[in-house]
Amino acid sequence: MTRYIVRRLLQFIPLLFLISLLLFSLLQIIPGGPLAAYENNPNVTSEDMARLEERLGVNDPLPVKYGKWLGNVLRGDWGYSIYTQRPALQEIGDRLPSTLYLMGIALFISLLISIPIGLIAALKPYSLFDVVTTTIAFAGQSVPIFWFGLILIILFHSTLTNPLTGAPLLPGGGMYTLDAPFSIEDWLSHLVLPVAMLALYQTATVTRLTRASMLDVIHQDYIRTARAKGLKERAVVIGHAFKNGALPLVTIIALELPGLFNGAVFTETIFSWPGMGRLFITAASQFDYPVLMAVLMINAALILFFNLVADVVYALVDPRIRYA
Amino acid sequence: MLAMTWRQFKQHHPALIGTILIILFALTAIFASIISPYDPETSNLDTRMQSPSAAHLAGTDELGRDLFTRLLYGSRISLAIGVLSMALAVSVGTAIGAVAGFYGGWVDNLLMRVTDVFLAFPRLFVLILLTTILRQLNLPRLPASSFVPIVLVIGLLSWMSIARLVRAAYLSIKEKEFVEAARGVGAPSARIMFHHILPNAASPIIVAATLGVAASIITESGLSYLGFGVQPPTPTWGNMLRNAQAQMTYAPWMAIFPGLMIFLAVIAINYIGDGLRDALDPRRGGK
Repeated sequence: MTRYIVRRLLQFIPLLFLISLLLFSLLQIIPGGPLAAYENNPNVTSEDMARLEERLGVNDPLPVKYGKWLGNVLRGDWGYSIYTQRPALQEIGDRLPSTLYLMGIALFISLLISIPIGLIAALKPYSLFDVVTTTIAFAGQSVPIFWFGLILIILFHSTLTNPLTGAPLLPGGGMYTLDAPFSIEDWLSHLVLPVAMLALYQTATVTRLTRASMLDVIHQDYIRTARAKGLKERAVVIGHAFKNGALPLVTIIALELPGLFNGAVFTETIFSWPGMGRLFITAASQFDYPVLMAVLMINAALILFFNLVADVVYALVDPRIRYA
Repeated sequence: MLAMTWRQFKQHHPALIGTILIILFALTAIFASIISPYDPETSNLDTRMQSPSAAHLAGTDELGRDLFTRLLYGSRISLAIGVLSMALAVSVGTAIGAVAGFYGGWVDNLLMRVTDVFLAFPRLFVLILLTTILRQLNLPRLPASSFVPIVLVIGLLSWMSIARLVRAAYLSIKEKEFVEAARGVGAPSARIMFHHILPNAASPIIVAATLGVAASIITESGLSYLGFGVQPPTPTWGNMLRNAQAQMTYAPWMAIFPGLMIFLAVIAINYIGDGLRDALDPRRGGK
């Protein structure tokens, strides 16, 4: 197993190298380059421009530029944001935690809701409960989540008010109230809507998957055996059926995590959440190369890592699978 | 074959309703200028921010433009982008998957590694990057206000799952006797690949392509919502939502209707895909 993981990690190196080369070349196509922002600034003289160009190596040929970038990155230097002058890694370090905890809570809540619903639906296929939840889940997968976020704000922020204070029922953005002392209620109330928005698609998907994989399992011989030897229905469902039915879920959930990242971009935009997604959008509209490259590469590495986690966890929970 | 598929498909009622809805969407998109008396891009300051009424079915926006009209014209762009980008993705994916699966060996290995690279791209981030670059380049044939750049970008980042699917189908079908027979009579590789094998691999491609159209519509509206898609004044469902955000608190209808259109189109297409999967898979049959 260790050998398998090491081999997979080694395969990441050429892959990440290729991805970085492609993305780096793409960024170089943009006309004007990173200094376009200073072009119409009267305080920046043409000598300043020349000096900046020299320092940033704007006029180097592409292979030289890429070589410099790669060399620096391998030494842990991802460059400085052109706009804030802060190290790109520091910019990301400030934002990544808030994205990750938003994603983590959303994932946790979605599993908490979807797995039991999918399980119950599978136990009574074509019952009223099954038909209703399956239809809602199907619809949930078709809702554009940015629209869902706007509707949540219209409903819970602009329309409904707190009956005691008359203030909006839930805050419509931010991580906490500015200038207010930290309180658990304040923190939680800021989480409700973003988490609901981000969890929607995941909840719908996992509900359908749980139902489908439980239906596959429930008619297997070993389930009949478990029932025949007189086990309680509860033990059969949880101990035998779910244990096997959950196997494909593990992989799918790990593979869906990059999708959660995409969702976070919308959630952060709508709810002014200071995370990676908003950082990227700001950087993209300003052509802030170092930050763009860092965000892209960290995301690509995370995607590869989640793929590996999916395979490894699958092998860990399923004794039938052995990687050499 | 077609008649049988249709008989199966008819049994799937949501898919049937979805088909009718999509036909309706297509017709209203085509005949938008006949259905609506208003112009989608002309502002009228006398009718700003009106809530839905008989004269303005979906209300008006901050420039007094009739939102129902803009929704109709927007559906032209949004549906066209969904279909065209998926057509591009299916062509690229089928070609790559077919060549990889048919030839195997190092060709397969190379093409699948390229697929891996594309799959490891953070999709939304790269989409934003590419549309930004294309807009910045402002190529004469790809103006920012047209939908062609978006089609190209979405299409070129959506072919991977189709390529994998087609490759898997080709790997199994190329071992079949009828392929052997075609080889025996001296048919050239290209003919075997596209004339003999492709029709037998068509079912999963059709289903994936249908579901892909829905995904592309969501992607396009998402990009336009973030401001990286089709640029105003050309209306699309996505950039109408973006425009609605600032006015949302006092003009909620501006946000509700465009999203509802996206939702209806996407769920209709998803149900069609679901119905096609049931109808085209001989093992599933019936209910």
